Amino acid sequence: MSEQKIDGFELKPGFKGMASDTGSDQTMFKGVHWGKAMMWIFLLSDTFVFSCFLISYMKGRGSTIVDWPNTSEVFSLHVGGVPVPLLLIAIMTFVLITSSGTMALAVKYGYEKNRKMCGWLILATAVGGLTFVGMQVFEWSKLIHEGVRPWGNPFGAAQFGSFFFMITGFHGFHVSIGVIFLFIYTYKVFAGHYDSKKRGWFTKMKGDYVEIEILGLYWHFVDLVWVFIFAFFYLW
Amino acid sequence: MEETNKMEEPNKKEEQTSTQKIGIYLWIWGLLFVLSFFSYMVDWYQFQGMLRWSLILFFMFLKAGLIMAFFMHLFWERYALVNVLLWPMTAIACFIFLMNAEFQYTLFSRFFYFVVGGA
Repeated sequence: MSEQKIDGFELKPGFKGMASDTGSDQTMFKGVHWGKAMMWIFLLSDTFVFSCFLISYMKGRGSTIVDWPNTSEVFSLHVGGVPVPLLLIAIMTFVLITSSGTMALAVKYGYEKNRKMCGWLILATAVGGLTFVGMQVFEWSKLIHEGVRPWGNPFGAAQFGSFFFMITGFHGFHVSIGVIFLFIYTYKVFAGHYDSKKRGWFTKMKGDYVEIEILGLYWHFVDLVWVFIFAFFYLW
Repeated sequence: MEETNKMEEPNKKEEQTSTQKIGIYLWIWGLLFVLSFFSYMVDWYQFQGMLRWSLILFFMFLKAGLIMAFFMHLFWERYALVNVLLWPMTAIACFIFLMNAEFQYTLFSRFFYFVVGGA
């Protein structure tokens, strides 16, 4: 997605390219905006944080001699008196994937300098994220009402609550921060800051639609983490 | 090297606009929906044991791969960036392996001292 032409430097493909890029005595990530590289490094470190949470969850769940609560029942919703397993979680997953798709399209339209489409799609992404957080609040209050606490719960192993609140809470926090930034960037796109190359608040960097891709990376990462939480915490 | 050359090809074609065709995003989007639906079905039909775990992992890695490769554009990035991002994941794999051994030992100790009552 980056501009591939660098003056006076031959870009080779594949692993040969990796060797020559790395040993070029210049910037290593050819044509990658520094903001994008830094976002990737941040996401890498964030990956490690989430991995530590999920690994500690594996360790905690694997080493308890009390039965783990049946997530299929704990997270079921009653529709017309019939319990539907994991219904809310499934809807949350679809909402998050929808918002990930709109974000990907926003990045595309941003690079095409289609200001209106880009703006509306980021707004749609923000609304999707807000819906997700709203449903998570509902899920949390339902479980707290049913007596799930970080130190115990009525369904099984006591560790369940602490892992649940820690992992989904930290993910929900990421979503919330993302939603705030999505709304800010909606404004910035509609106001034309990236067409007029207006500078940002804390930087001398001129506004550019690459910022939408950087925001998109963060948002896709939030979706990516949810894929793992959905698999390991809810389905396993 | 043949394969990597092919991977770079679409990039060169798109260089003027520096964006991909909309079709690829819609395809990936649709695939993510379908895969999520399938992983929900794993719970719906209450598959158990190895079948359940392998299906969950299969759909999870497929979804994660699609998101990273296409939505996060890693498929089109240069190997210098891709490798910097993906190799540290092996450290996580090592950590999972270590903690796997650890929880089995903890579980054994708990059974031994809490249930059996020690030596």
